[in-house]
Amino acid sequence: MKVLVAVKRVVDFNVKVRVKADQSGIDLANVKMALNPFCEIAVEQAVRLKEQGIATEVLVVSVGPVAAQEQLRTALALGADRAILIESNDELSSLPVAKLLKAVVDQEQPQLVILGKQAIDSDNNQTGQMLAALTGFAQGTFASNVEIAGDQVIVAREVDSGMQTVALKLPAIVTTDLRLNEPRYASLPNIMKAKKKPLETLTPDALGVSTASTNRTVNVQAPATRSAGIKVKSVAELVEKLKNEAKVI
Amino acid sequence: MAILVIAEHDNNTIAPATLNTVAAAVKIGGDIHVLVAGQGIGALAESAAKIAGVAKVLLADNPAYAHQLPENIAPLVVSQVIEQHTIYSHVLAPATSNGKNILPRVAAALDVDQISEIIAVQGADTFKRPIYAGNAIATVQSSAVVKVITVRATGFDPVAADGGCAAIEAIATVHDAGISRFVSEELAVSDRPELTAAKIVVSGGRGMQNGDNFQYLYSLADKLGAGVGASRAAVDAGFVPNDMQVGQTGKIVAPQLYIAVGISGAIQHLAGMKDSKVIVAINKDEEAPIFQVADYGLVADLFEAVPQLEQTL
Repeated sequence: MKVLVAVKRVVDFNVKVRVKADQSGIDLANVKMALNPFCEIAVEQAVRLKEQGIATEVLVVSVGPVAAQEQLRTALALGADRAILIESNDELSSLPVAKLLKAVVDQEQPQLVILGKQAIDSDNNQTGQMLAALTGFAQGTFASNVEIAGDQVIVAREVDSGMQTVALKLPAIVTTDLRLNEPRYASLPNIMKAKKKPLETLTPDALGVSTASTNRTVNVQAPATRSAGIKVKSVAELVEKLKNEAKVI
Repeated sequence: MAILVIAEHDNNTIAPATLNTVAAAVKIGGDIHVLVAGQGIGALAESAAKIAGVAKVLLADNPAYAHQLPENIAPLVVSQVIEQHTIYSHVLAPATSNGKNILPRVAAALDVDQISEIIAVQGADTFKRPIYAGNAIATVQSSAVVKVITVRATGFDPVAADGGCAAIEAIATVHDAGISRFVSEELAVSDRPELTAAKIVVSGGRGMQNGDNFQYLYSLADKLGAGVGASRAAVDAGFVPNDMQVGQTGKIVAPQLYIAVGISGAIQHLAGMKDSKVIVAINKDEEAPIFQVADYGLVADLFEAVPQLEQTL
């Protein structure tokens, strides 16, 4: 079966981001960009399904600027077979991204779509669920284990109360949580090979999808900072402060 | 206009996050209706009806809703919004694992963008929400006819769980998509307070070295009546289960007192606890970033300091 993986180019998770002085957003000039960590886990899962002989083809799709080709090449180096970039220089919200992915799903007819549960920039945690709504597929979000069993996928999900397991009819949508797998490192030969793998570029117009959003970002501000307090010298001093100064115990 | 709040519950009790979500609805303004969907939940609807400020409770009691499967619950919510009660200007759910799972499916079906994890209401259409693990706060305005929103519980003080007397209306139509099935669940069993509702939280990180050593924290927590959490590093290393993770992608807590033990303080962890009233850090590395946000820092070997703390209390 064909597996489609959606990936996003985001600020590297180690970067300490700064808000722009005019409050229009985050300063992304000269900032290291990377594949969203949850998306990397999604790619790894798809590649493992291929190695197990379950997936026949792994197609990786991104919506973003031309530079997002780098992240698609990374996914190809990790073992994806083919890539599609839906080029858009605008920062799109989740619903338009889900609509663009739906258009690709309609064309490609994958049996399984794997996405990261959230991107670490917008922290929305929406796209997979929205794609599930638009396609009418079942969804297994926050996956910690994924197994294909005949015409179903069995997904163990990380939930607030512990772990929940659901069985979903294929085709289905899965979104990854942190402990689904540990992504591999791309080897140099695979990075070289990835450069020759097919990467197609499409546009929202060509797919007939409007990228309008009902959300508008009014401004982006730095959060209230929390200043460092004091160092106490002993447990006794700590307890004294907590009782008499902070009055929390 | 009215606001539909989706209640969070486990078929036995209404989760506290529901009360914080109703509080956000109060700030937006309008009649507040609460949807309780599940199985065998007549008594739950009674308690939802008592929540202060709630005008009506919609009760959807059916096996199809027993496990909060989004394939069944989302169409139920959508049908209420566009067929049954076209009065709704907002649909709110707590940003719990259920709320996060269900609500985007509702938003897409309504053809609107969702606003996730709001922490403040600026007006009926404008909200604040953290982005980049809380390193920036975005103010977002929605032009959607129906605004679909998840609410971060720590941003709103809960309304009272009683004092109201809302009417209960049963929903007869059943939405069962038949494409997903609950198989099983492994629930965390603990007598300690639930993390997101605890007044005091004790959390351990990689410095705990193994799962057995969390016993030091459980013992301290029991003395304090605290909940116990963990950093991602501790969960990834298999010391403790995933439901204990505090951070950007785990649980968001804001207790009166947060005691971080053997936690270095990665941005992703700070995102989940930096709104705590008082933060204590115990770490043997005096350069650990956690000390930059701690009100009280103690540079010490946790295996000596934690038992000593427990005895001193």
